Amino acid sequence: MSESYFEILRPGINSTLQDLGRSNMNHIGIPFSGAMDTRSYLISNQLVSNNLNEVSLEFAYQGPHLKLKYGKTLCSITGNVTFRIIRKNNDIEEGNCYQTFVLESDDQIDIISTNKSVYGYFSINGGFVGDNFWGSCSTNTRAKIGSNDGKKFSINEKILLKQNKSIFNNKKLDYLNSKIEYIRVLKGTNYNYFSDEAKKKFLENEFVVTKLTDRMGMRLEGPKIKNIVNTNIKSEGLIKGVIQVPADGNLIIMLSDHGTIGGYPKIGVVISADYDKLAQSTPGSKIKFKSISLLEAENLYKLYSLETQNILNQIK
Amino acid sequence: MIKNISNLGDASAYCDFGNEVNEEINSNVISYFKHLKKNKINGITNITPSYNKLIISFDLEVINFEKLKDKIKKINLESIEKEEKKIVKVPICIDGEFSLDLKRLSNKLKITEKQIINSFLSKEYFCYMTGFIAGMPFLGNIDSNIRLYRLETPRVKVPKGSIGITEQFCNIYTFESPGGWNIIGNTPMKIFDKFNESNPVKINPGDNVIFYQINKNEFLKLNE
Repeated sequence: MSESYFEILRPGINSTLQDLGRSNMNHIGIPFSGAMDTRSYLISNQLVSNNLNEVSLEFAYQGPHLKLKYGKTLCSITGNVTFRIIRKNNDIEEGNCYQTFVLESDDQIDIISTNKSVYGYFSINGGFVGDNFWGSCSTNTRAKIGSNDGKKFSINEKILLKQNKSIFNNKKLDYLNSKIEYIRVLKGTNYNYFSDEAKKKFLENEFVVTKLTDRMGMRLEGPKIKNIVNTNIKSEGLIKGVIQVPADGNLIIMLSDHGTIGGYPKIGVVISADYDKLAQSTPGSKIKFKSISLLEAENLYKLYSLETQNILNQIK
Repeated sequence: MIKNISNLGDASAYCDFGNEVNEEINSNVISYFKHLKKNKINGITNITPSYNKLIISFDLEVINFEKLKDKIKKINLESIEKEEKKIVKVPICIDGEFSLDLKRLSNKLKITEKQIINSFLSKEYFCYMTGFIAGMPFLGNIDSNIRLYRLETPRVKVPKGSIGITEQFCNIYTFESPGGWNIIGNTPMKIFDKFNESNPVKINPGDNVIFYQINKNEFLKLNE
């Protein structure tokens, strides 16, 4: 039997292979990476009976158009995504997220767009063939490491499929992405670098997500946040979710592929429970921050984790 | 030693060693870093040392800030063995096409290009931290007579291998990248190698670095 692969007829805007990310490499300049919306990623794997850390295809805005060559595979798409399946006899089927479907050789999947969100996940039973670097196949285009030589996918490339377990049980989940009201934050280590007025603006005004947003970071536009101590700090480590304020007073939030060291004051950090929702905020959408305590943030994470587990259990 | 431990978000501890940048404080940061790498605490997902801070990230499913803070406080620095310093020798070529800012530096600092290079080559440097982009070492301290601020308008593309200086520091661009440091030369040495699984970076925090000059022919040979 020939090896199974997807032929890329259109790569989409930013299609990469991702898993749960790469730990313990931050100190040499390699951030975590991994799926931007962890919960959607996990659900897509669970639907096709994979290990939860199996390699998925992440896409942003416009997804890829793929043609399966050889083999047969159980698939799932999660997120808020419009897609269609073009059968080899040219029949077209509208796709449904959170519901598995089977593709056979010469069938095509056309992932048209994500709706009111940025990222979607395409998983197949058995997973895609990725390149493991330090315990993860996640592609990091900045450091050029991980799957596909550290690059996003291009036209005419192939995405190889691992041997699947010949599981074709269809599964379905009734799932609605919850709408966000606030992005909750903890005060950053340089919170006191900012004037009382600036702190008030940070917590009371709305900020707009700009187009200068990708897997590395999200730039926001809104009232300028004035610094009264120093617009630079001695360079120090960064983690995802940190909200930095450079001299121009506009906020930048570090996302999964962030630079590991930076010298701008940190006004806040997005809580772990709200990271998926933050990552799904599209350019043009509005964000409002709310400051909470560490204990609240920890409890919200427990809740987030429990909810995720409940959703995954529903699929079993 | 650690002056204060606070939380950075809900999944990282932020250990503050002070505000100054010097080898003594940084050596303490690196001692803690090495200790934690050796004596693993369950749940830690990343440890990021810098000049005078150490950020320890963890998995909230396994541990939380208060518990980790207690464990960090219990670390006994007496038990941390001082390791022998590793010295890394890095070739640098300063031929015209590589030393993008040497002429400008010479005009600004009012010393000759040769004096700048001699001053640069005469010192042994200390690696404070690695990062920003994969494998980029932050070295110091360069001699006070060759210190200058970064470019007012950063370059969109600094060539891979470029060696830059700014203020008291020196770094090496391990990838082509945007950047604003004053470029005095280029090294053919592969500072970051993603295919070297156990040791991907040549220069680690705490290492010492000596630069030695090579000519263009040697550069091309080493670059093969």
